Amino acid sequence: MMHFEFQVEGGNFTKAGAASSQLKKILKQLNVDPKIVKRIVVALYEAEVNIVAHAYKGDIIIDIDTQKIGIKLIDEGPGIPDIEQAMQLGYSTASPSVREMGFGAGMGLPNIKNNSDELRITSEVNKGTIVELITYLNQ
Amino acid sequence: MTVSELAEQLNLRVFSGNEGLNHEITNGYTSDLLSDVMGHAEAGNAWITLQTHRNVMAISSLKDLSAVILVKGFEPEADMLAQSNEEGIPVLGTNDETFVISGKLYNLLNKQ
Repeated sequence: MMHFEFQVEGGNFTKAGAASSQLKKILKQLNVDPKIVKRIVVALYEAEVNIVAHAYKGDIIIDIDTQKIGIKLIDEGPGIPDIEQAMQLGYSTASPSVREMGFGAGMGLPNIKNNSDELRITSEVNKGTIVELITYLNQ
Repeated sequence: MTVSELAEQLNLRVFSGNEGLNHEITNGYTSDLLSDVMGHAEAGNAWITLQTHRNVMAISSLKDLSAVILVKGFEPEADMLAQSNEEGIPVLGTNDETFVISGKLYNLLNKQ
């Protein structure tokens, strides 16, 4: 059983992807199947960027055991009023400056869904969002 | 085909990331939407884009891309340049438009 935690700063795009990069290195060292590593990296990067683009700050908590990798992202931010709507491909509330960088195309949450085995999102408006991802190692 | 062979054949400028000039290029991916690249590019791809900031390099590294090709004479911002060197992933440049350079890369890779 291994446990890792990372902090994410809202609005700071220069550090976006730092946690994903760290986790990629860790999973490689653990000899996790490269196909699984690829999926996790995509899912975590998108979830990480969502905190940077939308929230004030967040924590990423990662637990790895022999069966699965669990990732929990807890942010303080505006929250998501309608999660079903947010999950739709192409729907985005990102600011114009974020879109100009090529983010905010409404592909992030669909990417997370397609690249994790289990996804649970809970959110409270004006408080924050919790995203939980599970990826099974033996499939 | 390696990145340096590609740069030579398509007459591309090499801005940075020289350490990765021996990377093998498997295919190309053309997009300016970062999540599109995140979701659909494959390891070994050369990424053709007009985005010039460092998040391009973060994605290139996470996806194990071989190189980035900037179109229409765009140049990498300083932080993109720095991260390209750090990651050893070359940033190349062309004056061609996206459609044209994508076509050239396609033809080149499918000629082999």
